[in-house]
Amino acid sequence: MSVEHLDRGPLTKDELAARVARDIPDGAYVNLGIGRPTLVADHLSPESGVVLHTENGMLGMGRAAVGDEVDPDLVNAGKVPVVETPGASYFHHADSFAMMRGGHLDVCVLGAYQVAVNGDLANWHTGAPDAIPAVGGAMDLATGARAVYVVMPLRGRDGTPKLVPRCTYPLTGVGCVSRVYSEEAVVSLRGGEVVVEETWGTSVAELRDLLVGLTIV
Amino acid sequence: MSRTQFPVDADAAVADVADGSTVLVGGFGAAGQPVELIDALLRQGAKDLTVVSNNAGNGDLGLAALLGAGRVRKIVCSFPRQSDSWVFDELYRAGRIELELVPQGNLAERLRAAGAGIGAFYCPTAVGTPLAEGKETRVIDGREHLLEFPIHGDVALVKAHVADGVGNLVYRKTARNFGPVMAAAARTTIVQVSEVVATGGLDPENVVTPAIYVDRVVKIEGGAA
Repeated sequence: MSVEHLDRGPLTKDELAARVARDIPDGAYVNLGIGRPTLVADHLSPESGVVLHTENGMLGMGRAAVGDEVDPDLVNAGKVPVVETPGASYFHHADSFAMMRGGHLDVCVLGAYQVAVNGDLANWHTGAPDAIPAVGGAMDLATGARAVYVVMPLRGRDGTPKLVPRCTYPLTGVGCVSRVYSEEAVVSLRGGEVVVEETWGTSVAELRDLLVGLTIV
Repeated sequence: MSRTQFPVDADAAVADVADGSTVLVGGFGAAGQPVELIDALLRQGAKDLTVVSNNAGNGDLGLAALLGAGRVRKIVCSFPRQSDSWVFDELYRAGRIELELVPQGNLAERLRAAGAGIGAFYCPTAVGTPLAEGKETRVIDGREHLLEFPIHGDVALVKAHVADGVGNLVYRKTARNFGPVMAAAARTTIVQVSEVVATGGLDPENVVTPAIYVDRVVKIEGGAA
């Protein structure tokens, strides 16, 4: 049963990050993608026991480094200096990706250009002729993590939906996304349907009007 | 007596790199990038190189400078496009450098396979994407996999933290990244370190790259920790 919060507007970026954090099980091993997914880290309490993995060879990644903490040898996947937490470990790149590809990561949170109702993910290449493609670890995460959550707005800058019947951008992974988190709604993708979990400032009926061609339940 | 050599400086360490070599270059962005070895390779003049590295250079230094000097024919990497990759971007748009884009996990594992004598491996990463085009596929346990081949280097340029007198290595934090797999994947592995300790000065339990993978070690004075 969807919960509609119509007495307020859409979530702020921080509220959205907190909402994603709420769905991450205690003790989970989690990889947060570059950009908005990184904000989720600010809402994970130490008591949760959630351990952050960064693709460049670390478990137990901490917050962004400040001042004297900045160490060029200690960065996250976005090359931003971070700190280590007690119990952290370092390892080489093949081991780091074995953790993804071997199914040892419980959750990864990624951004996306498009997500299709069948869970297909497009987040690495617009396909534009002059675009320089860069894939990084996205395909390995999409394929290897046990659960793939996407944080993205429901509409692109041109107003067109990003949750679509079928991706038109080149794919990152096939049928991998199980949940989409946006400012207006959190939805699960199940059996070719969009299952609305919770909305903010938008009704389920309004989502139906926006997400043309999708089955919304 | 160890087989690992300790050349006097970075220039001596890279003196015999041949034109047309495949050079594995460690680092994830600037972390672990062997900048002084790359600078020496730039002075040495080898050209028509194939470079294998996670990124395609940052700013104007190190790998970016090697690209900018026109020494690199092809780059094999996972993430060329960054906010500070303008040297690569310009070469790529001008059609002056070839790009083989490889998912980061495949890049690491293909290097690992090369070092471990694995002929090829199957992996589901990139199935259903444009990066699967032209690859052999096989369904294993009901899931489609792609056949991926090893990446061998003629030379690896790696930055580690400390070497001992026989060439065992330890790294520092996330600067380890591709170092260990590249060290094993190249015929000649050249390592820069910020410190060399006496043989016996590293705890054998903690050695990350054993000396068997290390051909040359050069200490960089005043190099970043």
